Amino acid sequence: MNMRAPASDLPVALADVSVNVGQVTLIDHISMQIAHGAPTVLIGPNGAGKTTLLRVVMGLIAPSQGRITWAGREEAPSDRRAIVFQRPVMLRRSAAANVRYGLSAASRPKAGERAAELLALVGLSGLERRPARRLSGGEQQRLALARALARDPDLLLLDEPTASLDPAATKAIEDIVRSVAARDVKVMMSTHDLGQARRIGGEVVLLHRGRLIEHGAAATFFANPEAEETRRFIAGELLV
Amino acid sequence: MFNRRTVIAAALAAAFIAPAVHAQDKSIIVASTTSTQDSGLFEYLLPIFKQKTGITVKVIAQGTGQALDTGRRGDADVVFVHAKSAEEKFLAEGQGVKRFPVMYNDFVLIGPKSDPAHVKGMKDVAKAFTTIKDKQASFISRGDRSGTNIAELKLWKDAGIDIDKAKGPWYKAIGQGMGAALNTAGASNAYVLSDRGTWIHFKNKGDLEIVVEGDKRMFNQYGVMLVNPQKHPNVKKELGQTFIDWLISPEGQKVIANYKINGQQLFYPDAGDSGA
Amino acid sequence: MDTDSSALQLVLTGDPGLYAIVALSLIVSLTALAFAAVIGIPFGAALALVRFPGREAIIVVLNALMGLPPVVVGLAVFLLLSRSGPLGSWGLLFTPQAMIIAQTVMVAPIIAALTRQTVEDLWAEYRDELTAMNVGPAARIATLIWDARFSLTTALLAGFGRAAAEVGAIIIVGGNIDGFTRTMTTAIALETSKGDLPLAIGLGMVLLTIIVIINALAWGARRLGERLAG
Repeated sequence: MNMRAPASDLPVALADVSVNVGQVTLIDHISMQIAHGAPTVLIGPNGAGKTTLLRVVMGLIAPSQGRITWAGREEAPSDRRAIVFQRPVMLRRSAAANVRYGLSAASRPKAGERAAELLALVGLSGLERRPARRLSGGEQQRLALARALARDPDLLLLDEPTASLDPAATKAIEDIVRSVAARDVKVMMSTHDLGQARRIGGEVVLLHRGRLIEHGAAATFFANPEAEETRRFIAGELLV
Repeated sequence: MFNRRTVIAAALAAAFIAPAVHAQDKSIIVASTTSTQDSGLFEYLLPIFKQKTGITVKVIAQGTGQALDTGRRGDADVVFVHAKSAEEKFLAEGQGVKRFPVMYNDFVLIGPKSDPAHVKGMKDVAKAFTTIKDKQASFISRGDRSGTNIAELKLWKDAGIDIDKAKGPWYKAIGQGMGAALNTAGASNAYVLSDRGTWIHFKNKGDLEIVVEGDKRMFNQYGVMLVNPQKHPNVKKELGQTFIDWLISPEGQKVIANYKINGQQLFYPDAGDSGA
Repeated sequence: MDTDSSALQLVLTGDPGLYAIVALSLIVSLTALAFAAVIGIPFGAALALVRFPGREAIIVVLNALMGLPPVVVGLAVFLLLSRSGPLGSWGLLFTPQAMIIAQTVMVAPIIAALTRQTVEDLWAEYRDELTAMNVGPAARIATLIWDARFSLTTALLAGFGRAAAEVGAIIIVGGNIDGFTRTMTTAIALETSKGDLPLAIGLGMVLLTIIVIINALAWGARRLGERLAG
């Protein structure tokens, strides 16, 4: 069991970060801060760089230019932040085994009740022994959340968690996100659904072509957008 | 370094090798020929030897040439084959201690009942061979440096034929044992030289029968030799010599004579014949 | 073994010679499989995950070794173990141990190559998640091997099939000695060359039946495993 007091990763600071792959610029000079508080929601058209940005914040992609620090630290590996990918991959084991795997990977105690607690948190009680791959799409998304929460993160990153889910499953996920955020876990998630951004967002960030166009508190962001692109995007236009 | 895993691995390795070492205690390896094995002689003779001496004999059956090579490599304790010229060469190289004649059987010329070359009943095997070559009738040769193969090649020479020059598509050298050669001959309606022992014991005779026999040139002499322990210190010379001594003893010779298939004796003991 | 009875009679009357041959076949091939798995699975998994110069060349060679002719393996091991060879003093030639060694050499590349492919495919799937969870190299290999257990079982069955079916290697290094190194396949070869084709075919049927039974057991174990743990 990990006895040292886990250091927090927050605040995360990006200073003029760019990510280039070959000739393509995925992230274009972004500076931002991610600190304790209400969820931050990333919006923007496909290819805007939302997924890439989440991966940079997670530490999976190193910036080509600029700096990123976690609570002032530059080294990446950490067991205090977790990510749920857009299409999470379940291990070929039971649901509970997947959660236990998340616990042991982060050196958290694996005692049986903890896995059950986490499954209950995401509403999957009773499915402990079900092979994870046989769960429905929504259930797998929730299981991935439980596995991520097993790491006891103080920063939780979600990449379009409800993109392929029906409204009932979407609501389930949103409820979990809200309850997690209420426990002082910083949530940063991307979405295609402007309504979801309105429902969840404490802070909203618009990305377009790798650039940070605008960010602000949800209420003002939608009521009084500053940038022209923001106005057009919210109005439902295609940003090319 | 001596953590639990290495100790277990070492124990497994030792358990693996140990039985091999143990098994060499009262046993010898005899390199002999497939014809001798296929005749069933060893299945009859070895249990009797074991009961008398407690020695287990493990027989590796190969062609004569291969068997002698096994002796040359020191992989056998005794060689028991039937090609006198090859055996004497073995001795001349210092690979064997002494050659003892043990027994003889004879070769028979086998052919299809349809007898395409019309050699059936001939008394002169060289004439039969010449006729087969002239008529280009299908002939199977073992082609494997076995005693039988060496005898076959000698018969071509006796007939005045240089088989290397004379052979054509009718002459097929298959490089395998006697049983395989008989199978092939049966399947392709061909002639083949076989030792009588394997022939009698062979269960797939089909359309084949003996077409020529009895010519003195078809006698097949067996000799036994101890592999030279001075060249190969691992040779079990006492146990090996016990086997040889038993084979040429009156008791062993009697056992050889008693081996019969379908009431027919296969091998004729001649250990006392110094010219053999 | 009583060669005047048919193979079926030998099975039904419990002929000890036949059962000894069957037992030896299984011991040799299963032991070789175990050794080959211990060598091949970690090697294949490591090859899948670690990048180093020359890796692709090794993969090509490993895949090619799956088609190693048994008789070539037999010859190579024979030359090694012969008294006049480098390992002659071990006295292993013409023993079941030599047969196990030869079959291990033959089967290990199959296990390694199939493991490498399976683990590499699985890694492509799991890479993001395992990297995000900071799973260390040793734990990664263990996770991939465990999660790939069903495909790896198939690889093991392929290896077993290859070992149980071959005769070229074991007849050279074992010598087909009656009562010591005679297995199902070498006995079939012998009875064929003695012309006793009905017995040879009968033994072949027995061998086939045993292999089918083993495959059925493996299948059953897999279904059971799926039901219990998924």
